[in-house]
Amino acid sequence: MKNKYSIFSLIKNAFSYHENWQRAWRDPEPKKEYDAVIIGGGGHGLATAYYLAKKHSMKNIAVLEKGWIGGGNTGRNTTIIRSNYLWDASAGLYDHALKIWEGLSQELNYNVMFSQRGVMNLAHNLQDVRDLKRRTHANRLNGIDAVWLNTNEVKKFCPIINTSPNIRYPVLGGTLQRRAGTARHDAVAWGYARGADSMGVDIIQNCEVKGIKRNGDSVEGIETTKGFIKTKKIGVVAAGHSSVIAKMVDLKLPLESKPLQALVSEPVKPIIDTVVMSNAVHAYVSQSDKGELVIGAGTDAYVSYTQRGSHDVVEGTLKAILELYPIFSRMKMLRQWGGIVDICPDASPIISKTHIKGLYFNCGWGTGGFKATPGSGDLFAHTIANNEPHKLNADFNINRFVSGDLVDEHGAAAVAH
Amino acid sequence: MFLINCPYCGERDQSEFSAGGEAHIIRPKQPTELSDDQWAEFLFMRKNIKGVQLERWNHAHGCRKWFNMVRDTSNDKIHAVYKMGEKPPIK
Repeated sequence: MKNKYSIFSLIKNAFSYHENWQRAWRDPEPKKEYDAVIIGGGGHGLATAYYLAKKHSMKNIAVLEKGWIGGGNTGRNTTIIRSNYLWDASAGLYDHALKIWEGLSQELNYNVMFSQRGVMNLAHNLQDVRDLKRRTHANRLNGIDAVWLNTNEVKKFCPIINTSPNIRYPVLGGTLQRRAGTARHDAVAWGYARGADSMGVDIIQNCEVKGIKRNGDSVEGIETTKGFIKTKKIGVVAAGHSSVIAKMVDLKLPLESKPLQALVSEPVKPIIDTVVMSNAVHAYVSQSDKGELVIGAGTDAYVSYTQRGSHDVVEGTLKAILELYPIFSRMKMLRQWGGIVDICPDASPIISKTHIKGLYFNCGWGTGGFKATPGSGDLFAHTIANNEPHKLNADFNINRFVSGDLVDEHGAAAVAH
Repeated sequence: MFLINCPYCGERDQSEFSAGGEAHIIRPKQPTELSDDQWAEFLFMRKNIKGVQLERWNHAHGCRKWFNMVRDTSNDKIHAVYKMGEKPPIK
């Protein structure tokens, strides 16, 4: 049983110099057999295990993680959360997640530092204005809060933006989703890990999957670096390495894995209290609680698993940032990193069963998976437990690439798609 | 980021090139006779290999010619470059 985190536990532990806090999750050796095994201990994978245990009363579950909890894309994204997607299917999926975010810290008894500071998307040309206004209307029809701001209102909402009409791509307006914002990304992984562990889920770190054993049309178990694990249900949530896992069962996915980069500046006093994204010039920025500017760059155009990314991609993003925010021109960038993202041709995720019995895939989140973490886990757990998709993820099946019924959010989504 | 040895221009910075994805995906000879599954395979399904992969590149800001490349996607090392229509030199 986990001790509850509260102001009293904080005071109590202060007396022992914070040296006697209970472990947030155990470090078990894998059992011989599980009812379900989740491959990938990122936010989505841990959330899946959490909801399997909580809502579908499956307790004998393991999460296998090649590295350590919070070391993959969960700890590499720019922590932005929003649900202002154009198409109904996406709006349903991402707003489901946003609704869970709103109560997540309470539910997990873990402060994920969810901050609804608003996300503003800028328009820089006439087509942007039309697209974003259309998206605002679509959002409101789906019950998602969205407002259109003209240039003066943009300036008022975020005064450091350069709204001069003389810059290369002037700001012609923007949309604002006030319920959107940020959360502390590694706390999300830790919170779900702690929550899942307290319900008996085994979180096994430093355990790499080497193969999947099949018996005809169904799965039998997983070969790992910690031995063979028997199971009848496997949920793969391996992000950039989804194709590598799929290859173990001769399955081909419509994915390409590419490095996506982000960078942070030296910490400064509060200067930007919202998230500003710009699709046309590809620049987005927010400020962390530590004071660092958090900047997201784009993906490289080629397949790579190197977790590095090219310098010219960062350079392009910073050029745009500097034109929009001349005030940042003398800031120093502290750290830069890359994560491998798996991108679908329609820039929408796959949360689906496969033609192999007991094998489920949750992948293709591309450049925007963090915001969906709670919803993705909830819906994937539903899909695994019932062997049927929930109505919110029914459109995100693998067969859409055969039927042609794509959820094409490429141009429609905000930035980085 | 890396240097690419264009078969026509020699070694240039990777930012001069655009990536064209997996190579040797052959366009169907009889498109009208393809099933939905075969179309999906041709249009969308990719090997997305972690390791040595054959891919197409275009020297977009140079000679603008297409060519093929053998590249290890796990470390971005280029093993060989060969012209369109030629057989892959290794593998």
